[in-house]
Amino acid sequence: MLGLIGPDGVGKSTLLSLIAGARKVQAGEIEALGADMRKARDRSEIGPRIAYMPQGLGKNLYPTLSVFENVDFFGRLFGHARKERERRIHELLAATGLDPFPDRPAGKLSGGMKQKLGLCCALIHDPDLLILDEPTTGVDPLARRQFWELINDIRANRPGMGVIVATAYMDEAADFDWLVAMDGGRVLATGTPTELQEKTASSSLDEAFIALLPEEKRSQHRQVEIPPRPQSDGEEPAIEANGLTIRFGTFTAVDNVSFRIPRGEIFGFLGSNGCGKTTTMKMLTGLLPASEGTAKLFGREVDPHDLDTRRRVGYMSQSFSLYFELTVRQNLDLHARLFQMWAKDIPGRIKEMARRFDLIEVLESLPDALPLGVTQRLSLAVAMIHAPEILILDEPTSGVDPIARDALWQSFADLSRKDGVTIFISTHFMNEAERCDRISLMHAGKVLVSDTPAAIVEKRGSADLEEAFVSYLEAAIEDEGGVSDTKPKADVASDIVHAIGPGHQPAQRRWLDLRRIMSYARREALELRRDPIRASFAFIGSLVLLFVLGYGISMDVEDLPFAVLDHDQTTLSRDYTLDISGSRYFTERPPILDHADMDRRMRSGELSLAIEIPPGFAREVAAGRDVEIGGWIDGSMASRAETAQGYVEGLHAHWLMRQARETHGDRALEADFQLETRFRYNPNVESLIAMVPAVIALVLLFIPTMLATLSIVREKDLGSIVNLYVTPVTRLEFLLGKQIPYVGLAMVNLAMLTIFAIFVQGVPFTGSLLAYALGGLLYAIAATGLGLFISSFMNSQIAAIFLTTVVTMTLAVQYSGMIDPVASMEGEAALIGAINPASHFVTVSRGAFSKALGFGDLAASLLSLLAAGPVLLALSVFFLRKQAR
Amino acid sequence: MTIRISTIWRLGIKELWNLLRTPTLLALIGVVFTIQIYAAAVSMPFTLNRAPISIVDEDASPVSARIASAFYQPHFGPPQAITLSEMNRRMDEGIDTFALVIPPNFQRDLLAGSEPAMQLNVDATRMTQAFTGAGYVQAIVSGEISEFLQRYRVAESASVDLVLRAGFNPELNPNWFSAMMEVVNDVALLSVILAGAALIREREHGTIEHLLVMPVTPAEIMLGKIWPMAVVVMGAAFFSITVVVQTWLAIPVAGSLWLLMLGMALQLFATTSLGIFLATIAGSMPQFGLLLMLVLFPLQILAGGLTPVENMPPGLRILLSLAPDTHFVALSQSIMFRGAGLDVIWPQLLSLVAIGLAFFSFSLWRFRWSLR
Repeated sequence: MLGLIGPDGVGKSTLLSLIAGARKVQAGEIEALGADMRKARDRSEIGPRIAYMPQGLGKNLYPTLSVFENVDFFGRLFGHARKERERRIHELLAATGLDPFPDRPAGKLSGGMKQKLGLCCALIHDPDLLILDEPTTGVDPLARRQFWELINDIRANRPGMGVIVATAYMDEAADFDWLVAMDGGRVLATGTPTELQEKTASSSLDEAFIALLPEEKRSQHRQVEIPPRPQSDGEEPAIEANGLTIRFGTFTAVDNVSFRIPRGEIFGFLGSNGCGKTTTMKMLTGLLPASEGTAKLFGREVDPHDLDTRRRVGYMSQSFSLYFELTVRQNLDLHARLFQMWAKDIPGRIKEMARRFDLIEVLESLPDALPLGVTQRLSLAVAMIHAPEILILDEPTSGVDPIARDALWQSFADLSRKDGVTIFISTHFMNEAERCDRISLMHAGKVLVSDTPAAIVEKRGSADLEEAFVSYLEAAIEDEGGVSDTKPKADVASDIVHAIGPGHQPAQRRWLDLRRIMSYARREALELRRDPIRASFAFIGSLVLLFVLGYGISMDVEDLPFAVLDHDQTTLSRDYTLDISGSRYFTERPPILDHADMDRRMRSGELSLAIEIPPGFAREVAAGRDVEIGGWIDGSMASRAETAQGYVEGLHAHWLMRQARETHGDRALEADFQLETRFRYNPNVESLIAMVPAVIALVLLFIPTMLATLSIVREKDLGSIVNLYVTPVTRLEFLLGKQIPYVGLAMVNLAMLTIFAIFVQGVPFTGSLLAYALGGLLYAIAATGLGLFISSFMNSQIAAIFLTTVVTMTLAVQYSGMIDPVASMEGEAALIGAINPASHFVTVSRGAFSKALGFGDLAASLLSLLAAGPVLLALSVFFLRKQAR
Repeated sequence: MTIRISTIWRLGIKELWNLLRTPTLLALIGVVFTIQIYAAAVSMPFTLNRAPISIVDEDASPVSARIASAFYQPHFGPPQAITLSEMNRRMDEGIDTFALVIPPNFQRDLLAGSEPAMQLNVDATRMTQAFTGAGYVQAIVSGEISEFLQRYRVAESASVDLVLRAGFNPELNPNWFSAMMEVVNDVALLSVILAGAALIREREHGTIEHLLVMPVTPAEIMLGKIWPMAVVVMGAAFFSITVVVQTWLAIPVAGSLWLLMLGMALQLFATTSLGIFLATIAGSMPQFGLLLMLVLFPLQILAGGLTPVENMPPGLRILLSLAPDTHFVALSQSIMFRGAGLDVIWPQLLSLVAIGLAFFSFSLWRFRWSLR
């Protein structure tokens, strides 16, 4: 077992991800299990023999999937048959004590349980090398102890398995076989823990580590000294909680918590993950309203609208409350200004904070580029920029190396003792808890004990605080009648070894493995099912879209507003007007008064058509002289104007004919020829019949594409993409697995939309249903393929949403032939129209709905659709990375 | 409710920095407001542009030849001579929108005055071309035939003439319309996405909680997202209108550009508020993405940029009058094409303010609630 130790940001995590093959090697070489990790072939060969647990609690787990499903997903990825897989899962869960709740979602597990689950997922495929990146950071002492017992037992029974661990806990490192101390991306020293201690002549590994550091870093380190707090009774407490309770639904997260913290005290808050520490802190800051009880700061009840109190409080949440788009200096500056500090005081204050938290060198860097520990320090600096009187800090030191931690504690001590700042802090480090004036131990929403650290140790009769803590927790768990995790050691070990088998049988490498595809597909489908809002948006949403767009997109030009400027005011002029207003295409508005009125009303868009009848119109017509009637059409929307123009001309011709008949008799009616116009496929020329089949194509492009895009970009954003990097799944398998559920969803959508169109909207379906369904399937593949393609080169969710919206909108509306036929397009537009899957499916859909077409007639479009899917998939495989850069 | 300008200003600057450090997003905004506008303008065909027509000429006479030669670009593509049996297949496959059948002995019957019939088949699923095209075909055929007959007969002169002019866009050039509407659509699209996604991102990263424990009110946070997004979109739209539309595409803007900008500012207040409102409803980014599809697409397609609002069913029209886009499309059409002034568009401006305030207040009310 090999341990990597070193301060934050010295390259421990980077090194581990290089060994696991999750990151690309820039120079040099890495050999893992005899394989060159620079070569894709070697990586894919030994990939199945390495297991990698990245940093962060449950980073590679899927929070909405249950415990069982998570392990099952990894089991399938590594290609175990069903029986074998289930046996392994059951035994692994039993061995890790997770068996009582196989159905609990991973997101709802406590930190320690998440790490155990992560371990199950890593062990399911029986690896020869286990890589653990800070597996116990942010985990409470009890869970931490159990975790290492588990690892040691497994190793005892499977001596062949190598383990590489990076850790910030020196007490853990002391138990490893071999240590590598790193700093600044370089290896400082290697050796067994005892060797390292001997080499530096120090009594503990903590000291040895500090001694190994270069001179300049070492010199910064001092022992933390906290002078005793002067006793002052009867003073008003800074923080006071009385019977604080909060419920989320039926779950009571915090149950009747009370405490009084006097000014200047350092008050520690300890407890297992998810026991309600963070929730209590949020209630104190007013972020969450308490269901019962009161919280007071400076004797005033917490009120989210009380801005003055906020100015006196600093809060640091567990997730860094930093803006990653701003530099360190900009972050400090922004917060100072938001707290309304005097502008002239700000630069000095920033300098002071930078010095105190050792940030001077990184002032102009972006927080993203900084190691975890430094960002943690920056968060703290930000929380303190406005010199608050109360500091509420939620695990401020998790992930910070020992030296930096001591430095932070020294500043807490100074703040408390010199400036009288009250500090309310939660932590998992026992040596930190010992430094607090008083601590509270929380479990399952309740405070178990609250006293000075020494008194707690004494009360429990334990050797040290850690032991006291563990014994309190175990007692509490037993009281609940809950599961005790203390299974006889020998059992656990043999269980696990039994579960994963004695040795590794290299699985047959296949280029395309159906089981791995289905593993991803199942996972995606499960996640979709667990997010009912997303699924119902997808289904109900598409019906709403079809309904609204089907009725809304109307090319009929009816009831266009028009008005007349009638200079003549005779029976004949009124007769002319009546012809227009009598048609269903136009509705008459109040008459126009003069040219200015006409101009104004046309300008405002009130009138689409204005007619001007000249003075003496009737007289001139009677005399057989030529007269001109003027007409103005609003040409801003060209297509509507043209249609309106056609109508007016038709009405005019009709009026002329009627006049002629009245003067000359029926003979004048005779025409030279007849033109019979047959409107085919849609005899009444109804917009609905023309539009609904096209809108189906539109909706099927929008929703599956967006879902497919986000499914991948989201994995990139949340970090679970690392499973693609380190498991044997190939890019093609990954993409296909992602695609299948969304194709399924699109097909369900298609069925729903079609039924809705036929039975609710009354659009007759005349063609071959089979050809239509096949077209739909090919189209769904193309649409989701488009989503995969977009996501293969996009990393930000916002940009991906934006791009998907623009692309689908343009393809579906402008180039699909929904409104303007593709045949009428020219140049690039014609080209886009020709390769656009939407335009082909519009042809299929309209053909099948209105034109009674079958396979033969639609063959050309179906073939084009068939080609689109694979082309998009190939492009996606090309652009997607199999390793982080 | 406390609102401090300096806080809003600071928060806004921070949003601008974020945008500046997301080059993909910037590039996308750039492409959308230049190339996409240009493409929309030049790709949008005339309503009747190269409409595919074929002719089944069973007469093969001088008249039928004359008719066939009368269809020319840009309204019609070169007419294809086909047989009657080919016609159905071609129409089924969507190759032709129009098919004109000239029956045998047409010329003979015409000259004999026995009023022969011609048949025009129209693919009525292509709504845009069907009507207008049928009218054009009728006019072209009538013209050719009466000219042909004039050699044999003296025509009576019509006594009443209708002189039609198209106002504001005399050539009925659809490019004008589609370019302008593309700008208008992009303004709405971008502002809703940017404002809403910015809020969700802050929520997912936990920074919003941090703001709320500082002396910063939800109203300030929201305004701090609204102004920078509005400024970015305004800037891009201004560039797009002055450089791409007016200069590159040489499309005139009839009314005052500044009035349009005023309208756009109000529209942006309404749409960014809408984006924030959607973000307070959606729990995560994927849900926001879907919600966008559901809300944005109907708005974009139905707001009047693509099909006239007057055509829609009354219920839908009432619903659409609650959407900012409808009013902005109406006012921008009035200003850009018809040169309308403040006296004409003030009702739309008021509506935008009212809608913006409604979305803003509703989001404010939901703000803390949505953090849980």
